[in-house]
Amino acid sequence: MSATAIPRVHTPPPPDPPVRPAKHYINATSGLASWLLTVDHKRITILYLISITIFFAIGGFFAMLVRLELITPQGDLMTAETYNRSFSMHGIAMVFFFLIPSIPATLGNFLVPIMCGARDLAFPKINLLSWYCFIVGAVFALATAFMGGVDTGWTFYTPYSSTYANGAVLTAILGAFFAGFSSILTGLNFIVTIHKMRAPGLTWFRMPLFLWAMYATSIIQILGTPVVAITLILVGLERGLGFGFFDPKLGGDPILMQHLFWFYSHPAVYVMILPPLGVMSELTAAFCRRRVYGYHFVALSSVAIAVISFIVWGHHLFTSGQSVYAGMVFSVLTFLVGIPSAIKVFNWMATMFKASISFEAPMIYAFGFIGLFTIGGVTGLFLATLGLDIHMHDTYFVVAHFHYIMVGSAIFSYMGGLHYWWPKITGKLYNDTLGCISAVLIFLGFNATFFPQFILGYMGMPRRYHAYPAEFQFLNICSSLGATLLAVGYVLPAIYFTWSLFKGKDAGPNPFKAKGLEWEIPSPPPTENFTKVPVVNSEPYDYAPGAGH
Amino acid sequence: MWNFPLFPDAASSMAGQVDALYFFLVAVSLFFTVLIFAGCGYFAIKFKRVDENFIPAGQKDNMVLEVVWSVIPFFITLVMFAWGAVIFFRVYTPPEGAMEMYAVGKQWMWKTQHPEGHREINELHVPVGRDIKMTMTTEDVIHSFFIPAFRVKKDVVPGKYTTMWFKPTKVGKYHLFCAEYCGNQHSGMIGSVHVMEPADYEAWLAGVNRGETMAQAGERLFTRLGCASCHQEDNKGRCPTLKDIYNKPVPLQNGQRVIADESYLRESILKPQAKIVAGYQNQEMPTFQGQVSEDGLLQIVAYIKTLTKPDAVAAVAAPAAAAPKPATKGGNKK
Repeated sequence: MSATAIPRVHTPPPPDPPVRPAKHYINATSGLASWLLTVDHKRITILYLISITIFFAIGGFFAMLVRLELITPQGDLMTAETYNRSFSMHGIAMVFFFLIPSIPATLGNFLVPIMCGARDLAFPKINLLSWYCFIVGAVFALATAFMGGVDTGWTFYTPYSSTYANGAVLTAILGAFFAGFSSILTGLNFIVTIHKMRAPGLTWFRMPLFLWAMYATSIIQILGTPVVAITLILVGLERGLGFGFFDPKLGGDPILMQHLFWFYSHPAVYVMILPPLGVMSELTAAFCRRRVYGYHFVALSSVAIAVISFIVWGHHLFTSGQSVYAGMVFSVLTFLVGIPSAIKVFNWMATMFKASISFEAPMIYAFGFIGLFTIGGVTGLFLATLGLDIHMHDTYFVVAHFHYIMVGSAIFSYMGGLHYWWPKITGKLYNDTLGCISAVLIFLGFNATFFPQFILGYMGMPRRYHAYPAEFQFLNICSSLGATLLAVGYVLPAIYFTWSLFKGKDAGPNPFKAKGLEWEIPSPPPTENFTKVPVVNSEPYDYAPGAGH
Repeated sequence: MWNFPLFPDAASSMAGQVDALYFFLVAVSLFFTVLIFAGCGYFAIKFKRVDENFIPAGQKDNMVLEVVWSVIPFFITLVMFAWGAVIFFRVYTPPEGAMEMYAVGKQWMWKTQHPEGHREINELHVPVGRDIKMTMTTEDVIHSFFIPAFRVKKDVVPGKYTTMWFKPTKVGKYHLFCAEYCGNQHSGMIGSVHVMEPADYEAWLAGVNRGETMAQAGERLFTRLGCASCHQEDNKGRCPTLKDIYNKPVPLQNGQRVIADESYLRESILKPQAKIVAGYQNQEMPTFQGQVSEDGLLQIVAYIKTLTKPDAVAAVAAPAAAAPKPATKGGNKK
């Protein structure tokens, strides 16, 4: 590490009595056009925040339909067709329009330039373009819903999707395709920004761990997303024009589609979980008032996860008839991903040791994250184990596992990050007690919903079942009750966040007394972020100067 | 609703092995989960912030510690990998002399067939204590043949055969599920596997079985489609003989060798140009794509298998297993 001492020239943080600056990015200009044509990364954050929240609500609505149907073993609430379309729309809305953009497009968009000490992303107009790509995709997704939906699941497996399915498959595919481009553009922007726009003195190993996570995520976004985009186009060509890629009746290979699809969609899981891991490191540091233990290991483990994530896709095909030896290779590689994930958890724990831990809403969310990520992580080991996966593949065990990671962990971290940076983004404080209550409710509701599904899975209940044998009913009722609690937990933040916008106290530049460039500027920040280019001359999370190395 | 078991029946030779591995992983997972939960909980209480202005002392990173908590989980996962791989290999390698059964999936039912010719829909009757090998395909989309009580599952893929095997150990009736989403009535594509005492099974089969065996039906198709005019008993015809080729290596025109298993036989009927036997012309054989149903193909394959003497299979495929096992006991019962 080049630790050349650069003299600290930037002014110390402004005085603490919460002062809301008269002019900031929110009121810099006014009118709808000033928002829809903005190139300010902070305003684009707000655009994304509103858009993905709408899709979270849509996805949540379909999830509730699914859970309601599954209260009874007979398919009696809705027809099989409606049920199949509900879980498909749930998956498509949540994966492509909420989880993949969630942290990168909102917190990432807001924080990457600020943490770099820059005035905007490298390509502000491309950033706006990415939002419009998202909106085009979103229009297709909504059109799909209004045209009656699709019933292929979010995985679009062939030849079902290309030849046999009814419904608006092409529209759904185009939706995912355009959303993918929004993701590629965001990733491109972040990579260039992190390479070229870091402030003087901000060396790679002085970057906050959130930047490392966003960097690793962006690599996956720009390398993986084009593959799924092409795959979806091939499915569309086969469906629309009868090109034979995947349907054996047309001379294609249905398993090829699974390889292509998971080549992106497994790394995509890390697009959903790497940013949360980055947020976690920030939360741990801020609420322990401590530099994250093993900083280098935590930083590089993000990169390691991104790299390994590209060579594990075959673990989705253990039962597909793929060669036994290919299965073994993919299994051992999959176990490898567990190691950098474990490194992170152990380092966060070490950070807490003899720290000064504060129990505010973001930290409660962070604790919840560690719990859910641990359970989601160890159950991933079951599925990586070949002999067990034969039994568990395509059962509710898989459903429970990936919800623990993609929903439990990812949303907990997203919510934790949103609570942590909400005062910075809006300049307002929310009610912390309600924040803590919502974190606890979501944690309990989440476990009540998804833990029974592990047991159901080992019992052998297959996923995507509209009706099921009666002996599975008790655990399904537990799961549906938990989902109700979960829904209450999600509605609560929507209320107190909205309330804070109107009635919340001014936050001041640094309400949590945290370290980091974002806490040295006013809340909400001015359009140009920094009046003077900051110079960084210390380690990240420099709570106890001189410690660490 | 109040009768809810929390653990599945264990009714095959594989079930105990899979469950043992499962409990090993549960134990390891519980250990680490409790360690992490207890650690976080303890630190949270012990190091709770009391003094607003207290800044905890810095910590020095410790390379040894990082290596220790990376390497220990790594070795534990290697054990999981190896144990899992052994079971995986076993589950997907059918033993010699297994009883042959066939299944064809279609939206939304399982059609199964016994070598004796009896067909079932959404049901499969099998004798207890026998190795049973399934050869499966589908007429339309991907399905997945899943018997939770046996802890086995295999996707059923259009355009090719997949195989799996199991050995039921407990008499009873068990769920047969389709595990791969296949459309509207996916959750209706369920059936039952009936495991019976061997004597009961024989009696049941004798009672229900009418008509010809699969091989006989296959032979009839073989003749009707005119296969026999070229594929003669010796190699004097225009096409290679089909005698004694099943599960044996076949030299190809391009110098490679393939094992003439069910999938190869199927491919050679539907796409004769794909893999041409050394010494034969390219364009001799027409494709039979679209002329034979999946059921018919399985029957032809079952017939071609009978052209190979059982000892020839054993001798080539697994010389060690050439014990005088009644390899065709379930095969050609009249």
